[in-house]
Amino acid sequence: MAGTLLEVDGLTKRFGGFTALHRVSLSVRAGERFGLIGPNGSGKTTLLINCVSGALAADGGRILFEGRDITTLAAHRRTRLGIVRSFQIPKPFTSMTVRENLGIPLEYAAHARSQAGDADAEAAEILRTIGLEAKAHLRPAELTQIEMRKLELARAMAARPTLLISDEAMAGLSSVEVDDILALLFRLNEQGITIVMIEHIMRAVMRFSERVVVLDAGERIAEGTPAEIVRNPAVEKAYLGE
Amino acid sequence: MMARPARALLVGLAVVGAGIVVAALRVNQYVYFAGYVVLQYVVIATAWNILGGYAGYVNFGTPAFFALGAYTAVFLIQSTRAPLPVLILAGGLVSALLGLGIGYLTLRLRGVFFSIATLALSIVLQTMIINWEYVGGSRGLSVIRPSGPPFGSYVTFLFTVMVLLSVVAVTVARFIERSWIGRGLAALRDNEEAAECMGVPTLRLKLFATTVSGFLLGVAGAPFPYYVTFVEPNSAFNLDYAVNALAMPMIGGTTSWVGPVIGAVLLGTAQQLATVTISSEMNLFIVGVVLVAFVVLAPEGILGLVRRLRGR
Repeated sequence: MAGTLLEVDGLTKRFGGFTALHRVSLSVRAGERFGLIGPNGSGKTTLLINCVSGALAADGGRILFEGRDITTLAAHRRTRLGIVRSFQIPKPFTSMTVRENLGIPLEYAAHARSQAGDADAEAAEILRTIGLEAKAHLRPAELTQIEMRKLELARAMAARPTLLISDEAMAGLSSVEVDDILALLFRLNEQGITIVMIEHIMRAVMRFSERVVVLDAGERIAEGTPAEIVRNPAVEKAYLGE
Repeated sequence: MMARPARALLVGLAVVGAGIVVAALRVNQYVYFAGYVVLQYVVIATAWNILGGYAGYVNFGTPAFFALGAYTAVFLIQSTRAPLPVLILAGGLVSALLGLGIGYLTLRLRGVFFSIATLALSIVLQTMIINWEYVGGSRGLSVIRPSGPPFGSYVTFLFTVMVLLSVVAVTVARFIERSWIGRGLAALRDNEEAAECMGVPTLRLKLFATTVSGFLLGVAGAPFPYYVTFVEPNSAFNLDYAVNALAMPMIGGTTSWVGPVIGAVLLGTAQQLATVTISSEMNLFIVGVVLVAFVVLAPEGILGLVRRLRGR
């Protein structure tokens, strides 16, 4: 398919006797806003975060990124290719300032790919976009909860992603703060970054995504536009039971 | 661009020069004897800090690396009577290999489990040496110093060698700290998973840190046989090395190369003074008390204290 950025083909992942993912396939188009939903334990995080970003090795199937097989590539190599994740629970580099936090992906991912770049100017620009420029010289411990989430996004941005995987970036935030983060993600998408959103807050996923895939118990049960997904009886059953 | 490295080189040479001048002064031999131990701790603390301070992997196995350097030297003295520079290089390389092996442990072991594994390693290695007759076994082995050191007595010569090794160790640590490697190590110390996801090749950097740290610890141990002239497992694998290697950077401050140097000089000197003035058993007591005080009152060491005072 033309314009396919990420292709997951028949991915299987087991933990001992438990099958977390069973032959899941999906594809994400370049520039798309893609939502992945499903009840707790359905395999969202296992699939996209751990297998696609490289923290866990898959037990079967293939993952293609820009047509290249990355199934066995180390996580940091995938980041350098442009697959970048943010963490659900922010994991900042605590001994560094906000600015220095951005320096790591700039140096190790963005500039490892393309030599050029003025790290200071780029960091300042990202912090301005995200709205953290006033906090550049603070340590993560001095930030508020929402600022931590923004730092998580800013750091991911500094890796210059082609594909950004946002893992529940909005869990636990107030509705104003959710709108704030959503607006940011929309803006990043306008800059040409493909975004995969994993989220429990339905209002946010449905508003954001152009296309949604639903997982349940490690299997793909539905795919469609948000409007189609809401009307899908299988999805309703997965969430609410019979 | 050349100005900074050139200045660092100049400072290093000045320190070595000062060491030679001190050696030429021919004051009481004990000064060199005690000075050697303090400098040896500068190397050990600096080496330990590359892994423990920069990367955050606490190594309790310092005696293993130190003794491996010493016993590599003993083996080479026994078999070939190789010259001192060869002993130092070989001791460093063998310990670097052990470091590389330990590095692969970090794939599975983190935090306290890594520390326990390194402690166990030290015990295993000691048992092997105890059962190896060629290097003296449990009885130990007398080592005869080569006749005619290049200058002064052999102790003043070894003192000067240790000055040089300290400069090398500190220069290496400082270089690592200020390079992209140091920044990557700091990231993985703060959060290994996040570092890997931000493009940091965590395994490669950890292997680098364990190998360099191991190399320098082996280098510190290699001249040891000629210094004591009698090597036996209990002194080479002494637990003091594990405690001091950890305490000195903690007291000085682990985030910069200056910290281990300050800690080693202060604590090492205090220990040497206590040994002659009070009793030889007092030195570990001092370390214990000072370490507890620092962990409670100034967890970021002397450097952290200074920074805090300046900030206000």
